Amino acid sequence: MTTIFGYPLPVVLGQLVLGFVNGSFYALLSLGLAVIFGLLRVVNFAHGAFYMLGGFVAHLLLIWFGVNYWGALILAPLIVGALGVGVERALLRHLYTLDPLYGLLLTFGLAMMFEGFMQQQFGSSGITYPVPAALTGFYKLGFMVLPIYRAWVIVASLTVCFLVWILIEKTKLGATLRAATENASLTQAFGINVPVMVTLTYGAGVALAALAGVLAAPITQVSPHMGTSLVVVVFAVVVIGGMGSIFGSIISGLMLGFVEGLTKVVYPEASTTVIFVIMAIVLLIRPTGLFGRD
Amino acid sequence: MKKLTIEMMLSAAVIALGALASNGAARAANDQVVIGDIDDMSAVYADVIGQGGVEAVKMAIDDFGGSALGKPITFISADHQNKPDIGASKYREWADQSGLTMLLGGSNTGVSLAMAKVAGEKKVPFFAVGAAGSSLTNKDCTPYTVHYSYDTTSLANGTASAMVQAGGKKWFFLTADYAFGTQLQEAATKVVEKSGGTVVGSVRVPLGTTDFSSFLLQAQGSGGDVVGLANAGTDFVNSLKSANEFGISATMKPAALLAFISDIHALGLNTAKGLYLTTGWYWDLNDTTRTFGKRYFAKTGKMPTMNQAGYYSATLTYLNAVKAAGTTESDKVMAELHKAKINDMFAKDGYIRDDGVMVHEMYVMQVKTPEESKAPWDYYKLVKTLPGEEAFGPLSDSTCPLVKK
Repeated sequence: MTTIFGYPLPVVLGQLVLGFVNGSFYALLSLGLAVIFGLLRVVNFAHGAFYMLGGFVAHLLLIWFGVNYWGALILAPLIVGALGVGVERALLRHLYTLDPLYGLLLTFGLAMMFEGFMQQQFGSSGITYPVPAALTGFYKLGFMVLPIYRAWVIVASLTVCFLVWILIEKTKLGATLRAATENASLTQAFGINVPVMVTLTYGAGVALAALAGVLAAPITQVSPHMGTSLVVVVFAVVVIGGMGSIFGSIISGLMLGFVEGLTKVVYPEASTTVIFVIMAIVLLIRPTGLFGRD
Repeated sequence: MKKLTIEMMLSAAVIALGALASNGAARAANDQVVIGDIDDMSAVYADVIGQGGVEAVKMAIDDFGGSALGKPITFISADHQNKPDIGASKYREWADQSGLTMLLGGSNTGVSLAMAKVAGEKKVPFFAVGAAGSSLTNKDCTPYTVHYSYDTTSLANGTASAMVQAGGKKWFFLTADYAFGTQLQEAATKVVEKSGGTVVGSVRVPLGTTDFSSFLLQAQGSGGDVVGLANAGTDFVNSLKSANEFGISATMKPAALLAFISDIHALGLNTAKGLYLTTGWYWDLNDTTRTFGKRYFAKTGKMPTMNQAGYYSATLTYLNAVKAAGTTESDKVMAELHKAKINDMFAKDGYIRDDGVMVHEMYVMQVKTPEESKAPWDYYKLVKTLPGEEAFGPLSDSTCPLVKK
């Protein structure tokens, strides 16, 4: 059997595919964080909680209104995004003139409140969300069995990442957004309503997190804590990619998914730490992150 | 300037907290029963005991009449957040300042090992209910520890031997990478090898891993016929889900080395059906368990897990010992505890051995299919009842220095 560094090729390939799946989640989540940080300079600690709420809203839509997975994929991000808009309007916008630490503390507190509330309502073991009928079954890849749903996750999240990247880098709307990021008061002087833009950007970033939550629902148990451990990893991804860099967060999300996948074969005990080791190394060599500017 | 304000606010908060804590300091321990509960109240294991355990203890105190030795019983609880240092320092604080006379230890072996050290030092009886690790009654035993509901030895003697007997000879372990997981794997390995099986491999998974599929793929590549899940709570639920998703359950049999009814409830019978597991208690065993189960359900809307039932039983067992001893003095209460026969909704002729194990029957269960389940929470069918001595092993096997050889 062909081996790579002493590990059978099928094992390595299998881990790479799974790493790709996890990397897609990291990319989608870190994208939302990067968009928010880019414009608002807010380190959105509630990102994991919004991801979790996405999963729960999908579940509630199903049991209360019979809305299926495909409907939830559209509706849940809209609903949670609207909640994000509310949070920005009511709370966050008062903090923009203050030290970024305040935004971090506020969103951290919000995350704890959302998680605590959901735990009170649903308990800590969570609920099972069914895989949509059209996506059940497997692809036999020879070296592994890939559930169709996981393949769909890769396709869906990469498509969304690509679209967001196009939107920000290649459209007029994106250009104004980038302008507002660079110099808000000058952009406002050109007659652009920056506060509305900030609100909608936060809402959109939150909606991306909720979308990731819906995508994750059929895979992991939908539980109040599903975002807690993930969000820490995603922060590391954003730091590695370069705070605020859209492209950087997508690429480093995918890349770190791979690295993590390989670590799971080589030294599984370190699989949850490897990303932070990389983060430390990147910060030492390139303090602005791999794709960061200034 | 702004930073300064935050620092000032923080120090004000710290001072306020300190004042709160010292308020409880003056209370003396003159025969007033103070029961403490330190558990995971807000994270992955919160459904196993958590608030449900608080409810169970309150039921036990009410059923006992609300007072002991002529004084009202006090009950306090705290969240250890799965951090051993928080658990140990809370225990120490309560022992020093709140007149604690008995502590119920919730989930997480790591935290309970740290708390057992405090039990030995402060001489306050410690009922480890939620922790599985059997080192609590072996190398880490103390004269004040009682290991109540179950332990890694009894879990392995139940599930592992049942699986090997059913033909699952080659095992691959997926193990939570901390004291609990490694002790559980160790115990199961012993049983598998003694019953004529072999262990073909294992992988240690860090706690809080979000995706288990990589590890399950390794299990599948091992050529084993059983994948032993030496993990618990959300980790167990997510690994079993991934096993189904990747079709691993078709070639390998998953064995739940520790599963609670709350996990099965969260998974649903479609995913969990056919699974073997071992439990120290189930609500639908007999009339007394059913009566307790229904009373508890009326209060909480859920059927109790074995550890929530264990909390109720442990509280009553302790209160009965205090009554028999006529004092809360630890050594006298411990002497009564070691003399007592425990007969209640939890145990039949249970007793506390010299090493601290509460010996009682354990049950090997198989999860019902959706068709077999007749009512909500009707999840298990009894495969085998293990007598206490068979489940917990002979006292001569214990490495606890307190056991006279």
